[in-house]
Formats: sequence, C-alpha cells, structure tokens
Amino acid sequence: MLDFLDLDRYDLFGAFWTTVELTVYSAIGSLIWGTALAAMRVSPVPVMRAFGTAYVNILRNTPLTLIIVACSQGLYFTMGVTMWTDGSDPNSLAFRLAVLGFIVYTSTFVCEALRSGINTVPVGQAEAARALGLGFTQVLTLVVLPQAFRSVVPPLANVLIALTKNTTVAATIGVAEAALLMRDMIEREAQLLPIAAVFAFGFIVLTLPTGLFLGWVSKRVAVKR
Amino acid sequence: MSKTSVLYDAPGPRARQRNVLISVVFVAALAAFAWWVLSALNDKNQLDLAKWDPFVTDSRVWTTYLLPGLQETLTAAALSLVIALPLGALLGIGRMSQHWWIRRPSDVIVEFFRSIPVLLLMIFANQAFAEWANIDRDIRPMYAVITGLVLYNASVLAEIVRAGVLSLPRGQTDAANAIGMRKTQAMVYVLLPQAVTAMLPAIVSQLVVIVKDTALGGAMLGYGELLSNTRLVAGNYSNTIAAYTVAAALFIAVNFLLTGFAGWLEGRIRRGRRGTGAVVPHDAGEESQTAGAGLPAPALGKGATLPGGTDLPSAGTGTGSGTGDGGPAPGSS
Repeated sequence: MLDFLDLDRYDLFGAFWTTVELTVYSAIGSLIWGTALAAMRVSPVPVMRAFGTAYVNILRNTPLTLIIVACSQGLYFTMGVTMWTDGSDPNSLAFRLAVLGFIVYTSTFVCEALRSGINTVPVGQAEAARALGLGFTQVLTLVVLPQAFRSVVPPLANVLIALTKNTTVAATIGVAEAALLMRDMIEREAQLLPIAAVFAFGFIVLTLPTGLFLGWVSKRVAVKR
Repeated sequence: MSKTSVLYDAPGPRARQRNVLISVVFVAALAAFAWWVLSALNDKNQLDLAKWDPFVTDSRVWTTYLLPGLQETLTAAALSLVIALPLGALLGIGRMSQHWWIRRPSDVIVEFFRSIPVLLLMIFANQAFAEWANIDRDIRPMYAVITGLVLYNASVLAEIVRAGVLSLPRGQTDAANAIGMRKTQAMVYVLLPQAVTAMLPAIVSQLVVIVKDTALGGAMLGYGELLSNTRLVAGNYSNTIAAYTVAAALFIAVNFLLTGFAGWLEGRIRRGRRGTGAVVPHDAGEESQTAGAGLPAPALGKGATLPGGTDLPSAGTGTGSGTGDGGPAPGSS
C-alpha cells in the first residue's frame, strides 16, 4: 500500500525541507523589505509615501506565478542575472530567484499588515504622549510601536502561512520542492490518493502548528483596550 | 493617510526643510536605480523598438495570444467564483449550525482546504480527471484549474459568509425569533440578505485572488490562459521582458478594476442608510483571508457598525487587519 513511499527514489523530506527553507528565507527577506515599505508608507515625506503606495498596489495585483516565472525567464535567461551563483547548479539558482520573487511579492502584504497595525493605535495615545513632553523617538519607541507590534501578530501570521503555501509556486521554475515532487510522483506511480494524502498532510503539518502557535501568541500579547 | 497621523505632528519649518531634503535624496536614489535598470536592459538590447512594437503594430499578438488568454483567465475565474459561492455559503452556514454533525464536518472541510496550497489541489484534480474521468485532454487543464480554485475558494468564501452573518447585530436574530421564525427562516429571510451586502466587497476582493491564481494553471498544467500565452509571445517574438511587462500590466489593470469596484461597493454600503453599514474586511488584501487554522476568523471591525460611519479601531487585536481601512482598495487610507 505504502510502497510508493520509496524514500530512496523520492526525496520526500528533502522536498519539504526545501519548502521550509524557501519559506524561512523569503519570510526574513520580506519582513525586512516590508518593514522598509511600511516605514515609507507612513513617513511624513510625500514622495516616499507615493512610492510605497505605488509599489504595494502594483506588486500586490500581479500574480505571484507571473513574478516567479518572470524572475526565471526575464532575470536569468534574458538578463543573465545569476544571483551570486556560478550558474553550475541550476537548482540553487532557481531557489535564489524564487526567494527573490517571494520577497518582492510577500513584502507588500507584510507592509499592509504593519501599516494596519500602526493604524489601530488610537491617535489619542500619541497625543497624550506628546502632551507629556515625549519627543518623536520616545513617542515611537515607548508608546506607538509596542502597541502596533502586538496588534500586528495575527495579520503577520496570516502572511506567513500564506507564504508557506505560496512557496509551491516555485515549482513553476523547477525548484525541487513539495509541489514539484508531488507532480512527479503522481505521474509515475499509480497511487494518486495516498500520494495526495501524504502531501496534504505535509502541508497541514507545516501550517497548522504555525497558525495555532501564532494565534496563541496574538492572544497573549493582545492590547486590552 | 489620515489627516492626523499617530506618528508625527503637523510639520514645523525645520521638519518641512528636512522633509524636502529627504525627498530630494530619495528621488535621486530612485532615479539612480531606474537608470541602472534601464542601462542594464539596454545592454541586453531589451529596449529595442523591435521588441516592443509588435504590441502596437502586429495585431496578431493580441488576437492570437493575449486577448484569448485574458478571456480564458477571466472565464476560469468567473466560473470558479460562481461555483464556489453556493458551496461556500453552504459551508459557512454549516459552520454556524447548532448540530454538531453538521458543524464539525464543515469545520474540518474548511480548515483542510484552507491549509493546502491551491497548486496542490490543481495538480491533484488534473491527475484525478486523467485517471477517473472521461474528459478531453484539451480541456482537462481548465477543469483542473477550476476544480482547484473552487475547492480552495469555497472554504475561503465560507469564512467570509460566516463573518458576514456574525457581523449582524444580535437583535436581528432575536427579532426574527420573537416574531416566531424558525432558525432556517431567520437565516434565509433575515440574516443572509443583510449579510450579503456586508460580504460583497470581500467577495469581489476574493475575485482578485482567483484571477491571480489562474496563472498557476497556465504555468503548471498548460492551461492556455494569459500567462502561458505570454510565454508563447515571448518565444515567438523573442521579447521576454516586453511580453511579461505587458502581461503584468494586463493583470494589474484587471485587478485594479476589481479592487476599485470593491472599494466603491464598500463605500456605498458604508454610507448607505439601509442595512447596518457593516462590511466584512478582506484581510488586508491577504491572499488567503485568514488562511491559518487556529487563528481567529475574519472578525469584523466593530467600528464599522458604529453610527455615523466613524471608523474606530476595533477593540482587541484578534480581529485581523486594522479595521480603519477595512479593505485593499487602491489608494485608500
């Protein structure tokens, strides 16, 4: 029954590990770039706000698949961008291109989550802080950001879970991750349902604990208003 | 950007000077980056007129590839939404049932399909149709794409429906009970009709997600939608950069129209005198609504139901996105 799980022929754990790696690198990258974007979108400088808004609205409305495919077809095959690899290992090149694509796309959602977090802080909080004589940095670090970070946990958790699922798109440019392995396996083995169940289980294992854990965190850190 | 930002006061003379300085530096940096990109493109001859003018001079690019592709994209998206809506409504109502043998299975189905990538569902459906159904090879990818999208989006829509019904004031149910309606009657005649208006913007926003996800079918299953036809254009005219730019512009235009429509609907409902004025927020435009099992359902901004259309930040943080701008409408806030 389970003889399709020939772990020598099919590197099941390796594929899911690649999925995890894609998720982690993309999450770190998009957290950094998304924070920068959010800083631009709430900054007092109109040009930066305009840039942030334009970036978010354009990239968010582009299909992730198109971004990933364009990273491979456009950046590598046309422009010869090799992402600091020597080009001898196509898998690591595709991996890096995919991570780049995920960062470009996911950072828009991180940015929106952070911005909505800042928006949940009542203006009165900052006004009260200013009335006490706190300066800009103090208002930001002592009053606004601590509250904003707490309310940002649930939307960021959603972004992370969506990112985990979105990493399957990397299969379109041949990164050896779970979705690609699943397609290979169901094409070669006549065991559709068990194979699909294994992969579905794998993703549930990846997303469910994240969701439960971050849901628990968000309840713990919630600001009581 | 609201008039008064929580982060900073109205700028004084020194702050204005500093802002001008930052603006100049930022624009210079942007220009330098754009120059770097453009010169890199120019080095690879990607800015040649020959690469770009097929989109203006050669009508076959549009009639053979792009427009049919766009049509396939929109067909798949529309069909998926139309099929997923009733399924999602059933599941969403099922999750609110008082009978555990309806509620639990609905919970499991919704959580299951929400935690699985839609690409996996498409690949599975494609193979399942190949093995067990007698569907012509040519249209099998379309069936697979629509099946995958329906399974996934039905569970997302179920959450939207549930949030919509839960957004209604409790008094609605109480009043329905008071005049002797049964639970089903209250749901069908009182709750759902009002919930639909609250849900509409979120449903239209979900359509954006569906349109974007159809591209998966093009890349992985060979479904002839906009992205895979763009690949053909790029191959035939050897203008990869130009082709993908135009395709991205088409996708963005379609999605902007949809988000704009959703924003317009939302504004109309919020301003409207009829109904509660509550709107289900589409979770900060996030791909998968609340995606995560275990996270609170897309609860509604309580601020949205306050009279006078004031948007107060909702109490508690379990309510998903900030409710002040409960939607991803472009240029909102």
